[in-house]
Amino acid sequence: MSKINARIPEGPLAQKWTNYKDHQKLVNPSNKRKLDVIIIGTGLAGASAAASLGEMGFNVKNFTIQDSPRRAHSIAAQGGINAAKNYPNDGDSVFRLFYDTIKGGDYRAREANVHRLAEVSNDIIDQCVAQGVPFAREYGGLLDNRSFGGAQVSRTFYAKGQTGQQLLLGAYQALMRQVELGSVTMHTRTELVDIVIVDGKARGIIARDLVTGELHRHFAHAVVLATGGYGNTFFLSTNAMGSNGSAIIKAYHKGAMFANPCYVQIHPTCIPVHGEFQSKLTLMSESLRNDGRIWVPKKKEDAEAIRAGKKKPSQLSEEERDYYLERRYPTYGNLVPRDVASRAAKERCDAGFGVGATGLAVYLDFKSSIDRLGQKTIEERYGNLFQMYEKIVDENPYETPMMIYPAIHYVMGGLWVDYELQTNIQGLFCCGEANFSDHGANRLGASALMQGLADGYFVLPYTIQNYLADDIATKRMTTNEPEFAEAENAVKARFEKLKNIKGNRSVDSFHKEFGLVMWDFVGMSRNKKGLQEAIEKIAAIKKEFWTNVRIPGNLTGMNIELEKASRLADFIEIGDLIARDALGREESCGGHFREEYQTPEGEALRQDDKFAYVSCWEFKGNDVAPELHKEELIYESVKMVQRNYK
Amino acid sequence: MEKNINITVKVWRQNGPKEKGRFESFKLNNISTDNSFLEMLDILNEQLINDNKEPVAFDHDCREGICGMCSLYINGHPHGPDDDVTTCQLHMRKFKDGQTITIEPWRSTAFPVIKDLIVDRRAFDKIIAAGGYVSVSTGGVPDANSIPIAKVDADEAMDSASCIGCGACVAACKNGSAMLFVSAKVSHLAMLPQGRVEAARRAKAMVAKMDELGFGNCTNTGACEVECPKNISLSNIARLNREFLSAKFQD
Repeated sequence: MSKINARIPEGPLAQKWTNYKDHQKLVNPSNKRKLDVIIIGTGLAGASAAASLGEMGFNVKNFTIQDSPRRAHSIAAQGGINAAKNYPNDGDSVFRLFYDTIKGGDYRAREANVHRLAEVSNDIIDQCVAQGVPFAREYGGLLDNRSFGGAQVSRTFYAKGQTGQQLLLGAYQALMRQVELGSVTMHTRTELVDIVIVDGKARGIIARDLVTGELHRHFAHAVVLATGGYGNTFFLSTNAMGSNGSAIIKAYHKGAMFANPCYVQIHPTCIPVHGEFQSKLTLMSESLRNDGRIWVPKKKEDAEAIRAGKKKPSQLSEEERDYYLERRYPTYGNLVPRDVASRAAKERCDAGFGVGATGLAVYLDFKSSIDRLGQKTIEERYGNLFQMYEKIVDENPYETPMMIYPAIHYVMGGLWVDYELQTNIQGLFCCGEANFSDHGANRLGASALMQGLADGYFVLPYTIQNYLADDIATKRMTTNEPEFAEAENAVKARFEKLKNIKGNRSVDSFHKEFGLVMWDFVGMSRNKKGLQEAIEKIAAIKKEFWTNVRIPGNLTGMNIELEKASRLADFIEIGDLIARDALGREESCGGHFREEYQTPEGEALRQDDKFAYVSCWEFKGNDVAPELHKEELIYESVKMVQRNYK
Repeated sequence: MEKNINITVKVWRQNGPKEKGRFESFKLNNISTDNSFLEMLDILNEQLINDNKEPVAFDHDCREGICGMCSLYINGHPHGPDDDVTTCQLHMRKFKDGQTITIEPWRSTAFPVIKDLIVDRRAFDKIIAAGGYVSVSTGGVPDANSIPIAKVDADEAMDSASCIGCGACVAACKNGSAMLFVSAKVSHLAMLPQGRVEAARRAKAMVAKMDELGFGNCTNTGACEVECPKNISLSNIARLNREFLSAKFQD
């Protein structure tokens, strides 16, 4: 039997989730207390899952690497969260949200999962409002909506430019309520370093206390990973410095499939790179594209003069500007999906029309909106983003257009999960950005928050019961079982090995070198030769890393370099997977652009007859090529067509 | 505009909570003023690692001013000399060539030092756990538009809710009081109909927990408001006092 079975419920698309809920197994209240669930991560997916399962009566152990669950990187999401409420009466519906998400994902997502996501989207908004999330409102007291890329309706709810923060605080507060009530035990500054499998089922974890360096064993009837994305593989990204892919790599090493690693989202509106010591890239919310117009000079001479500091953008008349998104995509204009906007910016800059000192930037200009709406309105909508831009770049975006350039932002790929969000390892679940499930090859703006909270509040609390119902007779383990000892010893050996390399180069120096290879060969546009070269270069970096990294300090006590080294070793594995997946996928779709496969106009060209599947990679051993499995994508409700935003 | 400066950094080093701490000074040359403050520390750490020394431990994560993780006391100010920013958004253009920059951890009884510049802020989580929420569970809630909320109230609640929990208010306060943090959460929830229901209970529980955890009293010096990177207003403290007093009257 194939290792890949998505276990999609029977019935018509719109009835699947209802049917599932009507027939799934449940756990009665007295049994819930006897069941332990480990949840790794406290972002939107992790915190909402931990709070919900705690409320239901399960015994939850929640882990975070940060000093507080409120710090998870969901907090940095700016623009908003989608839902099919249709409050503005502009024609939205569950089906339309579903359809836009499938189309936005370039027909590489699983229909049943996406429809369920659209179905529960409205419940999320209700839940958050009940928690006291201060969404933006109209003068009449009702909720306001804004529009986002890839949609023709306004379905995005927002809280200034801090929507992720407010949603996370809502989930965090619900979580802390459960901590107070004793149903959730919180472990801060603690990192998952291995997953323990007993008789083929996930039964616990090995965790490292980041303050003392001690290893601890924890048992659970089920383990949920909600550890976010692996965008930091590229070193420079909009992710937080601590965001990492280590938990999902541990799962992959234990046999869980890694799905679609090459689907990486490049966000079009980030502050451009300034120099070699830059540590991260800052996102300017996609919502800015509602009121900002993107352009570069029409003439190369003007672009050159601007780069040399001899001309200012304000000196160029309307006729001398090329609003290239409005020109190429009149229907969607500046609100085309992220992958399309990113590639268009790269195309202009590669052709020599870029601005900024490096020539790798385009303008995002608010002048016409300020003229139309007044500076006060723009300030109300984006004040905090404009302030952030000014602090970083030292230019006032109300007067001079912002400079932006694409950057790594989000990953659609992640652990393979079935309809129940369970990986192919029994009892090991995966939620939020860490799984591959809902966004296909490209995620639409304001859908990450939706997916994280959908998984944690409204999907996992149902589906995990269907698994745990068969486990009520399983007694808690002591963690003295050989499987726990074996896992702990392997972890100990790995940290000792890292520490004892005693080489000459810092972890960061490796990460920068590796990240640059990823960006240059496996970034915004890819080709066969470059990817083959990348795989070789990654192998060489891996070899040097394991013989020449220098980690000061000890294994006991807090050792940040050791944490970073361990995570980088995992990023290198992920980088190799991304490159292999990108090499094998001989088509362009969503965030994956192969130069060999494009239309004459330079748009992504899918090969549906050959690649309408989820690529699922199985670990076969260190330095051994992984094995590819395929989950065929069958579309019953949507016809696959070339995406058209013109 | 880009230029480079030479600086000396005087950094607090401390191996553990119970160990004795000390200052150590390091010279850094050719620091681009376009670098952020934390990137300057990255450069320092790279230098230390190359010299086979232990890098300086400091907390940081999102590096875009929202996670609240960074927590440095720079030249006598939480988050340094610039206004309305966290340490991660502070840039080296705010410093002069030849300047000595003193970097310390938050200093407060309720925030013990873990290592170097890293402190333990779990006390904030405990205050939230004591009552900083609306007691609703997942599911079974009314439609989001069933209760209209005046825009001014929603906006004001949003302003209070934008606290990032960094602890700069505590570090800035000569009494080590957490009143600005507590009052921002009490105000945020009390201003919305959803949170109004248990406002009195919330105010009492959070204040009691704050006192229990060793935070000091508020004497209205206003240092917290000045140093808050998110401009959380002192008016929140006035509102907390009102909520607290009316709750006590109800007892």
